Amino acid sequence: MNVKYRNYNNVLYVMLDGELDEHSAKETSKKLDDVFSTTISKQIILDLSGMGFMDSTGIGVLIGRYKKMKDKGVSIFISNPSYHAEKIFKMTGLYEIMPKIS
Amino acid sequence: MENRMELKFSALSQNESFARATVAGFCLQANPTIDELTDIKTAVSEAVTNCIVHAYPKGKGDVYLTATINNGTLTLTVRDHGIGIDDLNKARQPFYTTKPLEERSGMGFTVMESFMDSLKVSNASGGGLEVVMTKTFKQEDEDIVNIG
Repeated sequence: MNVKYRNYNNVLYVMLDGELDEHSAKETSKKLDDVFSTTISKQIILDLSGMGFMDSTGIGVLIGRYKKMKDKGVSIFISNPSYHAEKIFKMTGLYEIMPKIS
Repeated sequence: MENRMELKFSALSQNESFARATVAGFCLQANPTIDELTDIKTAVSEAVTNCIVHAYPKGKGDVYLTATINNGTLTLTVRDHGIGIDDLNKARQPFYTTKPLEERSGMGFTVMESFMDSLKVSNASGGGLEVVMTKTFKQEDEDIVNIG
């Protein structure tokens, strides 16, 4: 999983590029934690337009990041999910803790 | 006519993308939609992940995957020779996980069930878990009337 980010207008934008499954889960979690820990933004937007595949392992990764950032008062939002990622997000109720923004 | 393929591979996470891409490639003959293919790839990934994460706590093992296409219906069987699951009803409940400390969603079976047409999970005789899923490909042209 390739992770890119930029800070803009007090928002941290994080772009995920690749496939999120059991194989990439640990690496992705660590990269996200590293990026998230450097930011002073209270809002993070995860841009998933480059995420070609995700299964339910991805939900575990996202919920894990949510729990870590919630304690710091940081909100995470989802942007540009694929049709299939969105199906899994809706099924699991992920948008209740990480709302989708357009 | 029935067409069938079998795969056997090590229960290692680097084989997940191999397994789902191979099944997707096999399904192309049935002229699936992109949406159907992604449903199938996701279900394969969930079933194979279960084998990798749960089946072999003591070490190495293999995953056995069989795919059959018959009259536009795909039947996928994913099997291991691991420890199986004691309480299958519990395991199939949404958000149930035996590894709450590992950031797992517990949604694997729920995703398989909703992305495929049917799902059967059983402890196989001789040990291990067997997951059987089916999906019938929709014929996009079934509403076309050919008048010659």
